[in-house]
Amino acid sequence: MSVVVAKRLVKTYVSGDIRVEAIRGVDFSIEPASFVSFIGPSGSGKTTLLNMIGCLDPPTSGYLQVAGQEITSLSRADAARFRGEHIGFIFQDFNLIPVLTVFENVEYPLQMVQEWPRQQRKKRVMELLDAVGMADQGDKYPSQISGGQKQRVAVARALVTNAKLVLADEPTANLDRETASRIIDLMKQMRDEFNTTFIFSTHDQRIVDSVEITFTLEDGILHRQETMTGGMVGGDDV
Amino acid sequence: MSNIFKLAARNLFRYKRRTLLTSMLITLGVVAVLLFIAVSGSFKALMVGQITDSMLGHIQIHKKGYLASIDSLPLNRNLTGKQLDKIVQVLAEEDGVEAYSMRIRLGAMFSNFIETTNIRLNAVTPTDEIKTAPLLSDRLLAGDKEGLIKQGEILIPELLAKGMKVKVGDAIVLVANNKDGSVNGQTFVVRGILEGISGPGGRDGMIHIDDAKSLLRIGTAEVSEVAIRLKDIDQLPAVFARLQKKLGSIKTQQGGAVFEMHTWEKISPFFNIAKMIDLMTFFIKIMLVAIVLVSIMNVMVMAVYERINEIGTISAIGTLPNKILALFIVEGLLMGILGTTIGTVISLVSIAIMNVTQIRFDFGRQTGLLLSPTIGVADVVLVVAMVIAIAVIASLQPAWKASRMDPITALKHV
Ligand SMILES: Nc1ncnc2c1ncn2[C@@H]1O[C@H](COP(=O)(O)OP(=O)(O)O)[C@@H](O)[C@H]1O
Ligand SMILES: [Mg+2]
Repeated sequence: MSVVVAKRLVKTYVSGDIRVEAIRGVDFSIEPASFVSFIGPSGSGKTTLLNMIGCLDPPTSGYLQVAGQEITSLSRADAARFRGEHIGFIFQDFNLIPVLTVFENVEYPLQMVQEWPRQQRKKRVMELLDAVGMADQGDKYPSQISGGQKQRVAVARALVTNAKLVLADEPTANLDRETASRIIDLMKQMRDEFNTTFIFSTHDQRIVDSVEITFTLEDGILHRQETMTGGMVGGDDV
Repeated sequence: MSNIFKLAARNLFRYKRRTLLTSMLITLGVVAVLLFIAVSGSFKALMVGQITDSMLGHIQIHKKGYLASIDSLPLNRNLTGKQLDKIVQVLAEEDGVEAYSMRIRLGAMFSNFIETTNIRLNAVTPTDEIKTAPLLSDRLLAGDKEGLIKQGEILIPELLAKGMKVKVGDAIVLVANNKDGSVNGQTFVVRGILEGISGPGGRDGMIHIDDAKSLLRIGTAEVSEVAIRLKDIDQLPAVFARLQKKLGSIKTQQGGAVFEMHTWEKISPFFNIAKMIDLMTFFIKIMLVAIVLVSIMNVMVMAVYERINEIGTISAIGTLPNKILALFIVEGLLMGILGTTIGTVISLVSIAIMNVTQIRFDFGRQTGLLLSPTIGVADVVLVVAMVIAIAVIASLQPAWKASRMDPITALKHV
C-alpha cells in the first residue's frame, strides 16, 4: 500500500485580493521505503507540498492520504497526534532544542510525543545515535556541534519513533556540498536500515544524483517524474 | 511530567539574568508583605494586649447608658443588688471567662494640702483586678507592685504626680460628692505612680473599693463596671455572643435593657488603628499581586516571542497543544516558586533576627515597647499560595498563545 496518495491536490493561498495557486492539482503516490525528492526552483511549491503531506497545512481541495489515513480534515490536536505517530521531520535549520543535549533531543519525541518507558527510550536513542554516528556526542548541546552533526542528530530524531515517513524540506540548504552529500547518503543508508520512506525537497540539481525517484515541480505543477534506479512510483504525468 | 519541569527549568536557566531579576522582584514583594504582616501583627497584638491586659479587660458590662455618660462618671448609673447577682451567676456559668473585676469609678477632688485638682479614680478589689488586668502592675512607675493596693492607699497617674509634685509616701486628701449631694473627705497615702496609656481610663488613679464605698458612703453592693478577662482572646466573639444572649435578654419593667456590654474594640480608640493596619496589609497584598502579575506576564510574553521557532518545531514533530501550554505555565510556576521560596526564607530569617536583636519602639506616650514580630503558618501559606497562583495565572495567556500557534507560521518566523 502506498505511503502517500495524492489526487487532484490543490493548494491556493488567499491573502486579501491576491490568490496564489501554490499547487495546482497534482496526482502522485509514493511507495513504502522509497527515497523521493521534489525538485524545483524557489517558489515552485515544494514546501507547500511537503507541508500538506506532513499534515501541517490542509489542502484547498483534492484527496490526500498518508500512512493509510485520509488527512484532509484533521483537527489541530488530531493532526499533531498524527504527525507524532507517523511522520518524522528534518528541517533546513536543523531546529534542535537548544536547552537539550544531543541525547535528549533525540529522546524528545519518545518522551514528549510518544510516551515510552525510560529503559526502552534509552536503548532506542542509543541505537539511533549509533546509526547516525553521533553516539559519542550524546552529552553535548546543539551549540557545541557543527551543522552537519546537527543534521545527523535531526535525522536520528526524525527516525527514533519508527515513523513510516520522514519529510525533509531542503535539509541540505544550510550545509556545504560535501556535508550535504554525506547527509543525503546518511538518509539513504537509514532508509536501507529502517525501511522508512524519505521525501525531501531541494533546489540543488547536484545532489539529485543519489536520489532514486525525482518529481520536478514548476509553478505548482508536477512536471515529470524520473525513475533512476527503482520503479516504485506511479504518476500520471509521464 | 518531570520532563516538562526539566525543560521549563532549563529554559529559565538559559536566561539566567532575566529569571533572577524577575524572581528577585517577587522575592522583594514577598518579603515586604511577610515582614509587614509580622511587624504590624506584633504591634497590634502588643497594643491590644496592653490595652486589654492593663486596663480594659476584654469585655465590659455596665448599666445601660453608662458608657454614653462616662465623662461625668455618674454614680446614679451604677449596677446594684440583684443586677450584680445576675452578672456573677452568668459569669460563673461561662467557661471562657478567666476572671472579672468589679469596679467603682468616681471623680474626686485631689489635694496635696497646697493645691487642689480633679482626679478620676478606679476603685477595685486588688485580687480580682490583678487577675483581670495582669499587666496593670507593669504600669507602676514607682512604688511596690506586690498586691497592687491596700485600704488607705492610692495610685496616682503620672501626669498628676508631676503636676502636683507628689511622691510615693506622701499623704493626700480626696474629697468626693456623694449620690445624695453631700461631700465627704478621706486621707490617703500615695503608694505608687501609674504610667498613663492611650484610651479611656488610661489616665485614671486607683484606690481600694472599700475606701470608695466609705468615701462615697455606699452601704450596699454597687459597682460602675464589670471588666472581664477571657481565657483566649480569639474566643471573644463567641463568648461575647453568649453573654449578650443571657444578659441582653434581661429587661426593665419599662421593657428597656438593663445591661450594656461592650468588647474592648468598641471602647478603645486603638481598634480603629488596628483596622487601619489590616487595611494597609490588604493593600500591600494587592501590590504584591500586581508585581507578580506584571513581572511574570512580561517575562512569559518575551519567552514565548523568543521561542516561536522552537514552538513551531516541537509542534510540528507532534507535541500536543496542551503540553506546550503546560511547558510555559510550568515556567511561570517555577519562577513564582523560586521567588517565593527565597522571599519566605529571607522573611523568616529577618523575623528571627528582629526577635534576637530585641527591637524597641515608642508609641504615643509609651516608650520602649518590645517588638516581637511573629508570623503564623497560615499567613505564610496564604501568601505563598497566592503568589504561586498569580504566577500561574500570569503565564496563562502567553502559554495559551504558544499552544495555539500554527506550526508553519511559527517555523517561518525569524
Ligand atoms: N502562506 C502563504 N501565503 C501566500 N502565499 C504563499 C504562502 N506560502 C507560500 N506561498 C506562495 O506559494 C508559492 C510556493 O511557495 P513554496 O511552497 O514555499 O515554494 P518553495 O518551497 O518551492 O520555494 C510561492 O509563490 C509562495 O510565494
Ligand atoms: Mg521552500
